[in-house]
Amino acid sequence: MRNVGRKNCIYWLTAGFALSFLEMSMIDVQQLRRSFGPIVAVDGISFKAEKGDVLGFLGPNGAGKSTAMKMLACFLAPDSGNATICGRSILTESLAVRQCLGYLAENAPAYNEMTVAGFLNFVCDARKIGGAARKKAIDRVVPLCSIASVYHQTIDTLSKGYRRRVGLAQALIHDPQVLILDEPTDGLDPNQKHEVRQLINAMAKDKCIIISTHILEEVEQVCTRAMIVARGRILVDSTPRALTAEYKCNLDEVFRKITSTKKTA
Amino acid sequence: MSGFCAVFKRELKGYFATPVAYVFLVIFLFFAGYLPFREGFFEMRQADLRLFFNAMPLLFVFMVPSAAMRLWAEERKSGSIELLLTLPITVGQAVLGKFFAAWTFLAIALLLTCPLPMMVAYLGDPDAGQIAAGYIGSFLLAGGFLAVGSFFSAMTKNQVISFILSVVACAVLVFAGNPTTLNYLSSTLSPKMVDVVEGLSFQTHFESIVRGVIEFGDIAYFVVMVAAWVGACVVILEERKAS
Repeated sequence: MRNVGRKNCIYWLTAGFALSFLEMSMIDVQQLRRSFGPIVAVDGISFKAEKGDVLGFLGPNGAGKSTAMKMLACFLAPDSGNATICGRSILTESLAVRQCLGYLAENAPAYNEMTVAGFLNFVCDARKIGGAARKKAIDRVVPLCSIASVYHQTIDTLSKGYRRRVGLAQALIHDPQVLILDEPTDGLDPNQKHEVRQLINAMAKDKCIIISTHILEEVEQVCTRAMIVARGRILVDSTPRALTAEYKCNLDEVFRKITSTKKTA
Repeated sequence: MSGFCAVFKRELKGYFATPVAYVFLVIFLFFAGYLPFREGFFEMRQADLRLFFNAMPLLFVFMVPSAAMRLWAEERKSGSIELLLTLPITVGQAVLGKFFAAWTFLAIALLLTCPLPMMVAYLGDPDAGQIAAGYIGSFLLAGGFLAVGSFFSAMTKNQVISFILSVVACAVLVFAGNPTTLNYLSSTLSPKMVDVVEGLSFQTHFESIVRGVIEFGDIAYFVVMVAAWVGACVVILEERKAS
């Protein structure tokens, strides 16, 4: 009798664990808020994202896209609210979050005096990728981001496009489950833009990706979800296709309608 | 720990990847050689390095802030701090990694002055213990100045401002222990306060180590000084990293 009880107990426990695991989103943002002095940059945003989502953050300049992304990457502390990434809280487990996250900041910062090889090795050092795993990781990302031709050049001699691809390589080197890319195609030529979009599409299936962008055609090509952000709030959370269907015009006009009508209201 | 090692390695390599290290070493070694002779090394007719070590505080007041100013100011200006602190590295690890890398670099600079003790050993029969104490004192002094420098480097994005502020702060901490300053202070302050000022100065503790007496109090002074300024650097970076 007692034995059966214990068995039941274990059964329910495992079932509970499995359920909670299923329910857990890759990214779960709750009422995240941050202001700089009197300016509220991010005003209590909440959303969830799952594996396979490519979430496009759209919005005019100063809408709070970058600030929100910096908070998710644990660079900025939020004033209030919380977010969990891979089940870890950005407030209390920021190291664990940064471990499972790939982040490409705006303008792809890097150490200019280093060579691309030295830079990627430094990132591997910091991420504890050593030995054979390091060689494998570098052999994977270098062709993926097509930076083989500049591999031994110092970073300050690179063009904007190559810099950004080095930044992308840095964000992908540990094959993260969650990717946060702040304007990943900004400053790239049309061919490079196309390559980056293809890259994102190829990775989309088994990752959760957030990208911010101004370029609306990019959203149509890449994103499975579009979130329009203005003045720190999420105005729309939908899919690109649903948006164009609803407003019966292209995404460009949808964007203008939403961000400008809300301004006058 | 891996975060600390990664930052340490990168930073130390960074000095030698740019002309910074070579310019610094040439200028430092030139003055480290020039100052003792100008003060009359041969006229003393003594085989010791007292004049060399006496020149250290003045030399370090200018040289150490120039090695420290880039630590954080450059990182914040170029935005690479956003990369560094979104890697799984804590602010404490990053600050310590950079601090010890710069300290190692200064130790290399000090070691490269080895022709001077070799020369003294050739000319006479110097007290090896005293020379070793002199080097220990100089190394600790460099660490103290570096901690001050890294704090001011974290305060601002501008390397020039960080350089000037740390030169001034180091100079104040050195010259507070000068007999002239103490004499002047004793005319206005109570003797107890003058003792406090003297005890807070780098000069007093540095001199007593260089004299060949390594006391717990002097070592503790440098340890506390480094810990306090480096701790302040961590606090200020946590506060201002994004602004």
